[in-house]
Amino acid sequence: MVDHVTVLIYALMCVVVFAVLLTTVAFLTLAERRISAFMQDRLGPNRVGPWGLLQPVADGIKFIMKEDIVPREANRLLYIVAPLMTIVPALLTFAVVPFGHDLFLPGRVINFQIANFNVGILYIFAIAAMGIFGIIIGGWASNNKYSLLGGLRSASQFISYEIAMSLAVIGVLMVYGSLRLNNIAQYQGSLWFGFLPKWGILVQPLGFIIFIVSVYAETNRVPFDLPEAEAELVGGYHTEYSSMKFAFFFMGEYANMITASALLATLYFGGWQVPYLHNIGFIFPGMGMLAMPQWLVAIIEVLSFAVKVGFFLFLFLWVRWTLPRFRFDQLTDLGWKVLIPLALLNVVITAVLIVLRVL
Amino acid sequence: MFSFERKRKDTMVLNMGPSHNATHGTLRIVLELDGEIIVNASLEIGYLHRGIEKMAEHRTYNGFIPLTDRMNYVSPIMNNVSYALAVEKLLGIEVPKRAQYIRVIMNEITRIADHLVAIGTNVVDMGALTNYFYFFKERERIYDLIEKSVGARLTTTFTRIGGIARDVQPDFAHDVKVLLTEIPKSIRDVDKLLTKNRIFMDRTMGVGAITQERALEYGFTGPALRATGLPWDLRKKQPYSSYEDFQFDVPTGENGDTYDRYLVRMEEMRQSLRIIEQAIDRLPDGPVSVDDPHITLPPKEEVYNTMEGLIHHFMLIMYGIKAKPGYVYFGTEVANGELGFYIVSDGEQYPYRLKVRPPCFALFQAFPEMVRGRLISDAIAILGSLNIVAGELDR
Repeated sequence: MVDHVTVLIYALMCVVVFAVLLTTVAFLTLAERRISAFMQDRLGPNRVGPWGLLQPVADGIKFIMKEDIVPREANRLLYIVAPLMTIVPALLTFAVVPFGHDLFLPGRVINFQIANFNVGILYIFAIAAMGIFGIIIGGWASNNKYSLLGGLRSASQFISYEIAMSLAVIGVLMVYGSLRLNNIAQYQGSLWFGFLPKWGILVQPLGFIIFIVSVYAETNRVPFDLPEAEAELVGGYHTEYSSMKFAFFFMGEYANMITASALLATLYFGGWQVPYLHNIGFIFPGMGMLAMPQWLVAIIEVLSFAVKVGFFLFLFLWVRWTLPRFRFDQLTDLGWKVLIPLALLNVVITAVLIVLRVL
Repeated sequence: MFSFERKRKDTMVLNMGPSHNATHGTLRIVLELDGEIIVNASLEIGYLHRGIEKMAEHRTYNGFIPLTDRMNYVSPIMNNVSYALAVEKLLGIEVPKRAQYIRVIMNEITRIADHLVAIGTNVVDMGALTNYFYFFKERERIYDLIEKSVGARLTTTFTRIGGIARDVQPDFAHDVKVLLTEIPKSIRDVDKLLTKNRIFMDRTMGVGAITQERALEYGFTGPALRATGLPWDLRKKQPYSSYEDFQFDVPTGENGDTYDRYLVRMEEMRQSLRIIEQAIDRLPDGPVSVDDPHITLPPKEEVYNTMEGLIHHFMLIMYGIKAKPGYVYFGTEVANGELGFYIVSDGEQYPYRLKVRPPCFALFQAFPEMVRGRLISDAIAILGSLNIVAGELDR
C-alpha cells in the first residue's frame, strides 16, 4: 500500500538527490581543476567568485552561449541523441544508491534511497552499460575518423572490463547474499570476530582491487582514458561536439565518477556505515554504548557516506594527475589476461571461505 | 611533391596534422591504419618553411643571427652559438675565454630547457600531464635567467660573430647557482614519477626501437643515436668552445627505444648541470669579444669620441664582416643532435650560400620505419621522443 505522504517524501528525495548530484558534478569539475593545479604547483581557476567557487556557473554559461555545431556529414539524429544517451544513464544509476539507515517515522519506514530495488546491483550494471552506447554512437555519428576510433576503443574497453567488474561483485554478493544495495550496506555493519566491522575491503580485498581498476576503466578515467586520449585522438568520441552537447558528455563522465565512487563506498567501505554506529547510537563491543537520537544518527550516516564518496572522488583525481595512460592493447590485455582470471580466482576463494564458514 | 598510396585496400587513411595535438608544430603524418595498427606512414614536411637559408644570402653574417633563433625555437641559444662558431671558423678567429665559457654555460642551460620540453611534451602525449608542469616550472626559471642575461626569452640573438652581444649581469654566478639547486629537484620528482612506473615502461620499452646500424644509416645524432649505445657526442669527439676543459659523461642507452631516449635525456640534463657547475666556478674575467675592428663593433665611447672608432663602426654597419673566399662546415652538439652550418663565402659581406644541417631532418625520416606495425599510441610516443621541431626541420 502506498500512501500519499510516502510518495511525496520519495518525490522530494528524487529532487534533492538529483540536485545534489548535479551540483556535485559541477563542483567536481572545479575540484578537478583546483586539485590538479595544487598537484602541479599552479593556482587553477580562482577568479570567479571566492576561491573560484562560481567557476562552474561561468562554465555553464559559456557552454550554453557557444555555437552548437553539427558537422555537415554527421548523422544528425544520432549525433543529437548520443550525448543524452550518456548523461541520462549516468544520472539514473544513482537511484539505487543508499546513503543512510532506514528512518523509522511514526507509521512508516523511509529508506534513505530513492528506490530500494531488489536487484539494485544488476540495475546499476544494466543502466551503466547503456551509457556506453552514447559514446559509441557519438563517435560513429560524428563522421570523424578520430571520433570513430575513440568510440571503438570505448566499446572494446567496456566489454573487457565489464566482465571483470561483474565477477568482482559476485564475490560481494556471495558474502552478503543480497542484490539490494541497502542490505549490502547494512550487513557491513555486522562485526567479524566480535570487533572488526565486516566491510567489503576486509572480506574481499582482491575483489576490491579488481573492482576499483575496472571502475576506472568503465568511467574512462586515466590511466584508462583511451577513448578520449587527447594527444592521440584529439578528443576521441567528442572531438566534433561543442556547446551543451559536449557539456553533456563531460557531465556524464563526472556523474559516472560519482556513481562509481558511491558504489565503491557502498560495496567495499560499508556504504553509510560508521563502525559501531547503530540506529540507537554507538555500541562499542564490550565497552558499553553511547545513545543518540535517530536524527543525529541519520546525519552522521549521510555525512559518513559523503566523506567516503568524497575520498574516492579525490582518489580518481589523484590517480588521473599521477599516472600516464595505457596503450590500447595493454589495456585489453590487462582486462582479459589479468583481471578476469583474478576475478574468477576471487570467486573461488570466496566460495571456499564461505563453505569453511570463515566468512 | 607529396604522394601517398595505400598498401592495402581494406585500410583506413588517417591524416595526422598539419595541426594535431601530438605534432607540437606543423608536421603532417599520413597513417594507413588497419584497426589501430599502422600499416604504413608517410610524412610531409615544409609547413613551416620560411626560406631561412635563402634569406641568409642577403644578410650580413651578424644579420643572420636573429634568423637562427627561429630554427629550433625550443633552444635558440644553441643555434646562435652554433652559427657563430661556424662563421668564426670561416674567419679563422677564436673568441676570448670568458666568452667561450659564457657560451658553454648558456648552451648547457638551453640544453636542459630543450630536454625539459622534449621529455615534458613526450610524457604529456602519453597522458602524464603533471610531469610536464614540474618541468615547465624549471623551464620558466631558465627563461627568466636567459631574459636577465640576454634581454629576450625566446628570440635571444645571444651571440655576435667574435663573441657575445654583451657581458652577463654582475650576479650571473649567483643566478646560475640558484638554478643548479632548483633544477635537480624537479628532475628527481619526475624521475620518481616515471622511470620505474610500470605503465610508462610498458608504453616506452621496445617502442620505436632502432638498431645502431640503421640509426647511423639514417644519419641519427644526439640522444636518439646515443640511446642505441654509441657514445657519439661532438662535445667530446671534436671539442669546441672550451668543452675540453670540463668533466662530463656521455650517457648511452642500449636498445635505442623511446625509454632509452628518455633515460639518455634525463642523464644528459644531470651532466649539463655538472658542466655548468664547473664553468661557473672557473668563469674567467676579461673581454667577451675579439679585439678586431673588422669583426666586432667598437664600444660606444670610442664611436662618439674618436675618428677611428666612428669609421670602424660605420664600415662594419655599412659593409659588414667580410670573409675570405672559401667554405666551411661546422657542426655542434645541440640538444637534438648535430646542428651544422655549411657556409660558402665568395669574399663579399653576405654568404654566397648557407646550408643548415638540422638534426631533426635525419630523425624524422626514420619515423615511418619506426611506426610500421605499431599502434597509434606508439606513433605518438615515438614522435615525442624524437623531439621533432618543425622550425628546424623546415627552416
